[in-house]
Amino acid sequence: MTPIVGAVTGSPSSRRPFRGARGWLYAVLSLGLVGFAGPFVWMVASAFKPETELRRVPPTWLPDSVTLDNFRAIFVDLDFPTYFTNSVIVAAGVTLGNLALCSMLGYALAKIDFPGRRLLFALVVGTLMVPSMVTFVPQFVLVSQFGLVNTYPGLVLPLLALAGPLGVFLMRQYMSELPDELIDAARIDGAGEIRIFLRIVLPLSRPALATLTIVTFLGTWNNFLIPLVMAQTEDKYTMPVALALYSVGQNSTQFGLLMAGAVVVVVPVLVLFVALQRYFVQGIAMTGIK
Amino acid sequence: MAVGMLAARRGAAWWAGLRPRTRRGLAAWGFALPFLIVFAAFLGGPVLAALGMSFTDLRSTDLRDPLGVNIIGFDNYLRLFGDEVFGQALVNTGVFVLGSVPLTVVSALAVALALNRGVTRLRTFFRVGYYLPVVTSIVAVAVVWRFLLEPDTGLVNSVLRSVGIEGPHWLDDPAFAMPSIIVMTAWRGMGFMMVVFLAGLQAIPRTVYEAAEVDGAGRWQRFRHITLPLLRPTMLFAVVVTTIGQVQFVEEPFVMTRGGPLNQTLSVSMDVYNQFGFGNYGYASAMSYALFVVIVALTVVWFRLLRSAR
Repeated sequence: MTPIVGAVTGSPSSRRPFRGARGWLYAVLSLGLVGFAGPFVWMVASAFKPETELRRVPPTWLPDSVTLDNFRAIFVDLDFPTYFTNSVIVAAGVTLGNLALCSMLGYALAKIDFPGRRLLFALVVGTLMVPSMVTFVPQFVLVSQFGLVNTYPGLVLPLLALAGPLGVFLMRQYMSELPDELIDAARIDGAGEIRIFLRIVLPLSRPALATLTIVTFLGTWNNFLIPLVMAQTEDKYTMPVALALYSVGQNSTQFGLLMAGAVVVVVPVLVLFVALQRYFVQGIAMTGIK
Repeated sequence: MAVGMLAARRGAAWWAGLRPRTRRGLAAWGFALPFLIVFAAFLGGPVLAALGMSFTDLRSTDLRDPLGVNIIGFDNYLRLFGDEVFGQALVNTGVFVLGSVPLTVVSALAVALALNRGVTRLRTFFRVGYYLPVVTSIVAVAVVWRFLLEPDTGLVNSVLRSVGIEGPHWLDDPAFAMPSIIVMTAWRGMGFMMVVFLAGLQAIPRTVYEAAEVDGAGRWQRFRHITLPLLRPTMLFAVVVTTIGQVQFVEEPFVMTRGGPLNQTLSVSMDVYNQFGFGNYGYASAMSYALFVVIVALTVVWFRLLRSAR
């Protein structure tokens, strides 16, 4: 409020907002920001330093000699292109599946009055908080009974199930807000439920679908436990699994290499987040937290 | 072709002949079916299966020969009581959550209050900056922090050295390993809570504060008697969600300490994963249900502490 008032009246304080208590606040928040964004800056800077420079005491802030050796090592000597591809395939598969399944069930729960509706919603919401620690052992048994261990479906299906409840909740909440009149009018005109869903409800739900896309993609991209359990050989590792295993294996002290790996895991996500940050905030608002 | 078309036409006629209510109900269950199949097989089923498995001696070798599985009642749960490693993991998990959750709450509340009251310019900039760790992979973040906390070449000890302090071997020192992981976890979880708190703070009507100010309430009194009580439901939500996420911590010890030193950072989740790795599926399931009970218990505690007064 204050800056607007200041701008209107043209008071001197509006031109010097960093004075006194408020100045302190900005200083402390900026310092905090260094602590929060700093590790990422350090990660990127270190990824471009040669291994010898990383062992220097005291450390250099910016790379003395910029090198791409670390990236060459993970992309050429190690199999990061495969891990990256696996991460993209799994995350895309879970996201597409989740969009389809959750928007369909979300529509039914939000806009069709049918017996069992409340029970179904309660069942889904009831599993919203189930820890993946509880389900991963039976999931593994099931996946292995289907012969799907170390396959993409074996990675995607458990992650899809874990992502589902939040997705249904989000889609149902958003679709409930769509005007009933619109859908009733279409029904009176003789449109079937499938046509209403595809032609009216889905196009109107674009913001929710965008949020669900981002939330699901990121959650899957970052997931560690399920790919760790379901992928048995290197050719099916996702990036977090590969990075974790390298960091505790024989490369555990090659920090240049590990930082380059972390950059490849983190930077695409950071770029996506900064570009689409309003959808994240929307996502939190949409799940009903006011 | 002709037969197919005939069947389709007959199906359409059957569909059109149904009462609208029935038709709508069938359509709804049709929409629900794909989700329900995946859900039943890979989430609802496993929740129940884990409970069932926890009463058996199922091992990885039994997957090829299901007849070798025996129902052993509560033996797995009784075994947990004598399992010193599990006991240690349980204590560690408790220490971890009781350290990281309050630390996350306090720091997130401080930042949210600052952003909500004082800061108008750059608010989005700060919010995005503080939120960055939330969206990143815990594995990657843990690898980066291990590098930051390296005793000799790490940034943290280098900075400390420049002001004349010789920092400890953070992750190798039994006294500092867990606190290091707690701070890192609060660092990563702060942004989520901050955004939730900001939304909660913005929902508190300004007029309430103005009325209190007229009545002569000071800054602290307004915080203590208006902000905190009105923020309780928001806080409850944020704390419960954060607790459920953090109590299952596994990446941090996996990458940073392998559970050491001296099992000081071994979490229940990592213990479950280790038992799974040994092939003890029944025992691992019992452990995971014990963790489930801990989660429910913690949620009850938060509800008691934070539910709206009266």
